[in-house]
Amino acid sequence: MITRRETMAMGLGVATITLLPISANAAADEAIAAYTGGAAVSEGGVTITAPEIAENGNTVPISVEAPGAAEIAIYADGNPTPGVAVFKFGPAAGSHRASTRIRLGGTQDVVAVAKMPDGSFQQAAVEVKVTIGGCGG
Amino acid sequence: MSDVKPRIRLPRSVKAGQAAEVKTLVSHVMETGLRKDADGNTIPRMIINRFTCEYGGEMVIDMALEGAISANPYVEFDIMVGEATDVVFTWYEDGGAVYTQTEQLAFG
Repeated sequence: MITRRETMAMGLGVATITLLPISANAAADEAIAAYTGGAAVSEGGVTITAPEIAENGNTVPISVEAPGAAEIAIYADGNPTPGVAVFKFGPAAGSHRASTRIRLGGTQDVVAVAKMPDGSFQQAAVEVKVTIGGCGG
Repeated sequence: MSDVKPRIRLPRSVKAGQAAEVKTLVSHVMETGLRKDADGNTIPRMIINRFTCEYGGEMVIDMALEGAISANPYVEFDIMVGEATDVVFTWYEDGGAVYTQTEQLAFG
């Protein structure tokens, strides 16, 4: 016989299991933590521009901008390896923005993390829906 | 690799003290090292892993590239125009090959 208490416990178990997939992008979180050295990352301060829907994941145009930033790193949390690129801006840079084209293996979030000259970090993310993935195979 | 060919577009004319938009593209397969050939063997990674642009001896941008950058890497950024004319672009490939191209800004 199943008591009410047991039913509640089972419900809790299901809830725990459904919460676990949140750590699916742990590789991206780890890569970002390795880049920031574990420092706190605040939202905002960075603008990341990408198409809402990318038909071809082989070449997705993205732009990042972070006024005053020393560096901007880009991560794709659904790719086999999350790291995409790191831009370091030198003294002769005319702005703190850059554009490039990236590969996305599927629909996922693209994250830009800006390193400010004072050592703090700021980030922004954008979701890109990918119709055809760009990781070959 | 012999098929690495940089293409660079600078503004037609620039003025000192203003930002100049630069567009660069280099022909390169950017092999990720994740793909397999018809026999199931992994194709080894061969990418441009670093790109730099220097202007008047100072760094403009120093970019680290991963396999997630598309084939024929395209990069767009701005230079703060000063006195100098020469802009030096350098691409670093896996395996140590380095490709350099120097362009001149046209003041107008």
